[in-house]
Formats: sequence, C-alpha cells, structure tokens
Amino acid sequence: MVRASSDTPMVLIQPEHGIAALKLADLWAYRELLYFLAWRDVKIRYKQSILGPAWAIVQPVCTMVVFSIFFGKLGKIPSDGVPYPIFAYVALLPWQLFSQSLNLSSQSVVGGAGLITKVYFPRLIIPLSSVLASLVDFVIAFGILLILMFYYGIVPTWGVLLLPGFILMAIFAALGVGVWLAVINVKYRDVRYALPFFTQFWLFVSPVAYPSSMVPAKWQWLYGLNPMAGVIEGFRWALLGTRPPLVTIYIAVILVAVLFVGGIYYFRSAEKMFADVI
Amino acid sequence: MVGIIGRNGAGKSTLLKILTQITSPTEGRAEIHGRVASLLEVGTGFHPELTGRENIYLNGAILGMRRAEIDRRFDEIVAFSGIEEFIDTPVKRYSSGMYVRLAFAVAAHLEPEILLVDEVLAVGDAAFQRKCLGKMGDVAESGRTVLLVSHNMEAIRRLCERAIWLDCGSKRADGPSEQVIRQYLDSTADRKDLYTLLAERSDRKGNGRLRFTGFQLRDATGNPIRSVGMGETVEFVLSYIVPEGKPVSNVMVWFYVADHWQRRLLFFSSNHKGENFASLPAEGRIVCRVPRFPLKPGRYSVDLGSSANLVHSDVISEAAVLEVVTGDFFGTGRTHPGSSDFVCDHDWSFDRREV
Repeated sequence: MVRASSDTPMVLIQPEHGIAALKLADLWAYRELLYFLAWRDVKIRYKQSILGPAWAIVQPVCTMVVFSIFFGKLGKIPSDGVPYPIFAYVALLPWQLFSQSLNLSSQSVVGGAGLITKVYFPRLIIPLSSVLASLVDFVIAFGILLILMFYYGIVPTWGVLLLPGFILMAIFAALGVGVWLAVINVKYRDVRYALPFFTQFWLFVSPVAYPSSMVPAKWQWLYGLNPMAGVIEGFRWALLGTRPPLVTIYIAVILVAVLFVGGIYYFRSAEKMFADVI
Repeated sequence: MVGIIGRNGAGKSTLLKILTQITSPTEGRAEIHGRVASLLEVGTGFHPELTGRENIYLNGAILGMRRAEIDRRFDEIVAFSGIEEFIDTPVKRYSSGMYVRLAFAVAAHLEPEILLVDEVLAVGDAAFQRKCLGKMGDVAESGRTVLLVSHNMEAIRRLCERAIWLDCGSKRADGPSEQVIRQYLDSTADRKDLYTLLAERSDRKGNGRLRFTGFQLRDATGNPIRSVGMGETVEFVLSYIVPEGKPVSNVMVWFYVADHWQRRLLFFSSNHKGENFASLPAEGRIVCRVPRFPLKPGRYSVDLGSSANLVHSDVISEAAVLEVVTGDFFGTGRTHPGSSDFVCDHDWSFDRREV
C-alpha cells in the first residue's frame, strides 16, 4: 500500500448517505475558480453588442419611463411623497438585480453542462458565479440613480449604511430560489419556460410600481411573505427616506435565510446526479 | 502508469468519472493520495469569445491550477502551443488545430501528482497524438501516477507497465500490460468474435461469381486467434461460396494489409505466387499461410479481392481488422520493441577477412 505523506491531500471517495455535508471548505478552496467564472460571465456578457454595458442602464431607465407615464401620471399611483420616477427607479434596481440573478442562476447548471460532465469542482460555484455577473449591471445602473438623486435634490438618510445588507438580501433571495430552480431545471427543462411568467408575476406582487402602503394593514404580513417586498421597501427607506419596512423586512430576513439554506442543502444533495441526468 | 482497457460499456469512463468525483459511486470506496487532475477532454470551458490569453487562465482555473501557478507558467504554455502571435485574438477566430494546440498546452502544464486521462488521444492529427503520448510519458517518468483509459492498445502498450481489463464493471485481469492486452484481445468468451462475417456486407464490387462469406485468423496449429504476434506464423482463412452452386475455374485471390492512413503495407496474391486455383468447389475455405508476420504492433485493416476467369468477382475494402501485438520475432526470448514499421530477419557478424 502506498502511504500518504503528511503534506499530500487525501481524498476518500465513497457513497454519500443522508443529508449532504455542505463542504464549505471545499468551496473556499475553489474560490479562484469562482472568480474566473464570474469574470468570464462579465467579459462575454456584452460581447458583440452595439450598446454593450449600456444595456444595464437602458432596461431600468425605459421601465422607469413607462411606469412614470402609465402608473405615475395616468394611474395616479401614490409614491410615498417622493417624485414618482425616482420612486420607481429605486425599486427597479433591486428588482432587476433579483430577477436577473434568479434567471441566470436557474439556467446556470444546465448552461454549465459542459463543465459538469468533464471536471470536478464544488457545483455550487456555478450558480454563485452567475449571480456575481449581474452585480456588475447593478453597479452600472446605480450610477444613474445617483444622477437622479442629485437632480431631485434628495439626500439619503443614515439608513443608507444598511444598503449593502439589502443588496445582499436581494442576491440571497435570488440564489435561494435560483438554486432550487437550477436543480429542477436539470431534470425538467420546463423551468426555462415557466421562469419568465414566474418573474413577471412576482413583479406584480412586489412594490415596484406602487408603494406597499397601498396594501391594507391587516394583509401586510401576507404581503411580507414576498421577501422582495421587504428588500424593495428597504431600498426606498435607505435611499429616499420613506417609511421604514418594519414587519416586512423581518419576515423577509427569515424567509430568505430559510430559502437559501434549504436551497443549498437541496442543491448539495442533488448535485451528484447532475452529471448523469443533465 | 496504468492503462484501463475493456469493451465499450465495460465501465472504464464511469471509473474515471467516479475517481474525478464527477459522479458519486453507489457503493465501494476509493482513496486518492495526492492532487488529482483529470483530462476527460481538452479545452473544457474554453469560451469562443475570449482571447487565447483569457482562456488559458479560465481553463487553467477549471483544471485546478492556482492563479499564481498559471502566471508562472504562462510563457511556457504559450511557447508550447506555438501561437504567440494570436494570443490576444478571440479563440473563435482560431483554426481548429490552433484551438486544440492551445487547449493541450494548458493541460500539459498541469502539475498533478495523479493524472487521469480518457481517450484524449482520439483527437488531433498523428503528430499531435504523438505529442500527447510523449507528454504523458514525461509525467509518468517524473514519478507521478497516470491512469489512462483508451481503446488504443498501442498507446497502452507503449506507455503503461500495468494494465487493468474491465468487463461489465468488474476487473477481469490486472497485470503487466502486454499480458493483459493479449488476454483481452484473445478473450474467446464469444468465439463468433474471432470470425468476421462478410456475407452481409453490401458495399462490395465485382460480378459476384464467387463471394467471400467470412474471414478468420488461425495460429500455426490451426486454432482461431484474435491477434497476431510479431514473428508468429499466421493463417489467413477466407471462406467463400459460389452463389450459382457450381464449381468455378481459374480463381485468383488476394488481400492487402493497410494501416490506418490507408497505406497498403503488405500485398498477398495467389497470382504473384503462381498459386492460382484452377478449379474451386462451390463452397469452401482458402488459406494463406504467412510465416513470421513482419508488421509492428498496431491495428490494420484487410482489403479482400478475388477474380474468376480474369473478371473481378468480389472485392471488399476494409473487410476485417487485423490486430498485431508484439512478439519474439527473432526467437531471442525477448519481445521486439516495434521500433520500425516492418521487421525482417538478418544476421550480424564480425568480418574476419584481411582487408
């Protein structure tokens, strides 16, 4: 028998039973791969397109204009005392971050089939890296928000310090749902067709075009079951100083944590069938 | 360096996938001591929109190299690939040859303690395959473990001291590669395999007066064999029928042995030997006996032909596969290294005559 010297890593391969270990240390060991995959996604995102990274701005800005005309001007939807365009735009930022991350992470595992069937690495890296790329779009679109805030003379409150927390929540919410869908997508490609409908539906039940204060008080808890309600209201509060999202944000934090932790456990326990089923 | 051989579906690739942790086993356990890298294909994760430089980093990371390691070996990788001028061009503009060279250059500079390789040699031209084989030999010589899965018996024979023959997911044989390969090739579990059926072949030429129905190899004592050892006596047995059911007269029979570049290395012809058949019965076997078979180990194809009364009656190209394994050509007790395409007998002596 060959004896391993103390500095050679020893890998033991055997069947896994029961609840899969998360192997977070493994994930950390492969952090450079995570970086390279995210870097690749960013690099190729706008290759061979005329507008290039400007697409990150076109989408939220156009949506903001449409929302402002139809919901703000014609529909007379209240906007918690801030100008409607910036009211909508502040909500569109986390929404787009969320919906894009959700979309990319759900498709990521199937999209990475070439890698999954040929090399080993912690599979969680695939949905994680796909989400990092949508952060870049977020940062670009955020620049426009700063211009809008300057234009409307809005100074953020101290709550802005919590903004990174809200951004993280949007990402984790997307990942939480995204890893579930990514696994289901490996087996059932229906996900690809259901997803656009699903995100559109989700947009309507999120306070993007309207304030959550429009929802009657006794239904607020139910409304809060949509974690994006808390995240979006949190964004508005942090940047524009509107009503703080008290109940909804607590529900959101718990929900996101449950979704995310459950999601990665589910992912870990399902990942061993990826290479065979994909 | 260990070779894994076996039929399609024997579990060779599954074994590699389990060892690389791509899939997980349903039972059993494996211990791996050392850093593992696997080459189940070259260029995994290459993205067409990215430049050569960017793909080196990406592919390196995917294969498990650290960034600092790639930085350090970057120039070497580029030099090995020989595409310095195009290193900042997106790889989608590369020719397929350049693409493969770059991909292999990255893989070749991995420094694992254990390298798992699957049929990578099946791609690329002959020169590229040689380069791959050479590089793997280097890795093995530097004291690291290489596990090679291949259908290429020649590669396994040349590179591996030890081979394992898998059949239906379990080990059939394990030992010196020469011996295991021989066992594998000669496995007579299904004797029909030793006989190439030709009756069903429809891609044949000629008027069909005489038709080949089968091809078989026999050793000197007439036992069916699967492969020929260098220097051994072999009988090529051609079965035929005459569809009309009547004897035919004035029959010539010939066959070529060609390598996989379709070079015809050997030609056996009853006509050249002045041994044509004046009359043959309606059904039978024709035997061509070759003493001391002279070709080096490898896979060859056999093209059959016959004519009756000077008109082609049946011509079949690539009628059968001929597997040649190494053998004791000179009867010295040692196997011949197969260092040239052909071997012929010769004698050495010191010239004692006065000059």
